[in-house]
Amino acid sequence: MKKFLNAPLDARTQLLSTVRMRGWEPLIWLLAFALPLLVPGHALIVNEVAIVALFAVSLDLVLGYTGIVSLGHAAFLGLGAYASALFAKHVMPDPLVGLLFGMGCATLLGALCSLTILRGTDLTRLMVTLGMALILMELANKLDWLTGGSDGLQGVMMGPLLGRFEFDLYGQTAAWYSLTVLLVLFVLARRWVNSPWGATLMAVRDNPLRAMAIGIPVHNRLAVVYTVAAALAGAAGALMAQTTGFASLDVFALERSADVMLMLVIGGVGWLYGGVVGAVVFKLMHDVIAGITPQYWTFWIGLFLVVLVMVGRERLIRPWLWFGRSADHKGGAQ
Amino acid sequence: MLTILFDGIAYGMLLFILAVGLSVTMGLMNFINLAHGAFAMAGGYLTVVLMQRFDVPFLLCLPLAFVATALLGAVLERTLYRHMYNKPHLDQVLFSIGLAFMSVASVDYWMGSQQQIMQLPDGLRGRTELWTGEVFELGMGHYRLFIIAVCAALTVGLQFVLAKTRFGSRLRASVDDARVAAGLGIRVNLIFAATFAVGSGLAGLGGALGAEVLGLDPTFPLKFMVYFLIVVAVGGTSSISGPLWAALLLGIADVAGKYYMPKLGSFIVYSLMIAILIWRPQGLFVRKGGR
Repeated sequence: MKKFLNAPLDARTQLLSTVRMRGWEPLIWLLAFALPLLVPGHALIVNEVAIVALFAVSLDLVLGYTGIVSLGHAAFLGLGAYASALFAKHVMPDPLVGLLFGMGCATLLGALCSLTILRGTDLTRLMVTLGMALILMELANKLDWLTGGSDGLQGVMMGPLLGRFEFDLYGQTAAWYSLTVLLVLFVLARRWVNSPWGATLMAVRDNPLRAMAIGIPVHNRLAVVYTVAAALAGAAGALMAQTTGFASLDVFALERSADVMLMLVIGGVGWLYGGVVGAVVFKLMHDVIAGITPQYWTFWIGLFLVVLVMVGRERLIRPWLWFGRSADHKGGAQ
Repeated sequence: MLTILFDGIAYGMLLFILAVGLSVTMGLMNFINLAHGAFAMAGGYLTVVLMQRFDVPFLLCLPLAFVATALLGAVLERTLYRHMYNKPHLDQVLFSIGLAFMSVASVDYWMGSQQQIMQLPDGLRGRTELWTGEVFELGMGHYRLFIIAVCAALTVGLQFVLAKTRFGSRLRASVDDARVAAGLGIRVNLIFAATFAVGSGLAGLGGALGAEVLGLDPTFPLKFMVYFLIVVAVGGTSSISGPLWAALLLGIADVAGKYYMPKLGSFIVYSLMIAILIWRPQGLFVRKGGR
């Protein structure tokens, strides 16, 4: 009885508990931040992982929380990269301002594109998102006086971070910079999806019709979450361009969008950490396989995708489930 | 000007043959098959290999390409695709894009990454100039004429099969309501498998026909997948004529755009698609009340 009376309070604590950090989380983040010191030779990889993790988290907002299948998320990554690189080259070399500028451009594009995803089926959305990335790629290719065309945008010199920390060749500063941006945006995103506002997102994902019936403005929710995701992807792109000093056409490529989708599926959609976990696993896998066969790496990623879907993610990361269930299946077939 | 129209029609016809199989799998089985371009590439490479290594005449290669890719499609349908029909779209996208990646890397491994050159028979080379006026000039490449003839014949054939034959009516019944069709004794699975195989075969044939026009290298599935998807998405998936008109529109727009405004490249096509899809998300040529 008492439980019933306290129900509102309980609900609130329950909702808040998903926002609060678990005990192990600060440890993981501390470890991540210590990595550039522990293994200084691999700081560049840490940097890369942090960037793609941010990109994956951004896609998770769209895919995991609203169920929109997007095959052109690289559009925002690429725009962020080119915008911040151009900003550094022509306006001012400060990284943080450049980051904000890249995010801003991506946000604008996201707001524009969000109008296109509101109508139609999965196929239409797939095509429109893909088309957007391709249009930007064509633009970046054809406007070669601005972007360097197919040679990429070279010679981006970044100023020191906060006016003090220079970007060095070993990438330690870059790694810490990317990790910090990842952490800040991750925490913000988590706060946001776990708020009551974020709960409506999941209602929209699970049943748009019913969500509309209880008074959730479905279109508004989809548009806003798409725009925010675009901003995060733009930040990832900006980090990428700033820490490598380079932006090339392949930031818009279909492979980018496919890779990030794969990362998300490895890590699991709809809990934000999925993107981070997936990015780590994917990058490690990439490094190992590309070390063995650099040219035919896409074959193995393709095979992995096929197997992943056929077997199912749950059973792939928990092989012990595999035997039990397949035995069941055999039993059923006989 | 008429030359561009002519080339555009040839290009569009080719795209239609390449994409019609995809429109069938998407529209009928509700399956997003991003690996469709891989079948087209298989047909193209088969033709190249047959012609270069075994001196098979080009005209014989075309039916061979059709049969071989249809068989390949049937085998893959039975072994892999069948399990995917009831999965969510995300899984289908991942699965088929994985297949496409695998095909790209394997072809790169076996055939090398350079562009393949297709030697056309003498009868199909050259072009005929009909009018050589200022405004109305029409130069028809013989090969393009051949493509248009073959594709038009195939289109009429497809339409005939779908509208008039027993198989066609069974297929339409299975599409409209698979459960009821199965209840009436139609073997829906078999019909779908056959349809998938024919669609793949057509893609293979299109790849063989189009290798000379479109170019053939290992990135083919990814490069042209976008075009197929545009054809299907713009044309809608509920009829044969929708993708046909969409393919023609796209072909003409692409050829004309690349001729008149080469600076813009494929930009025109993509923008056109997005505009159309925002305007009519279900496709441009969808009948009222259809799905």
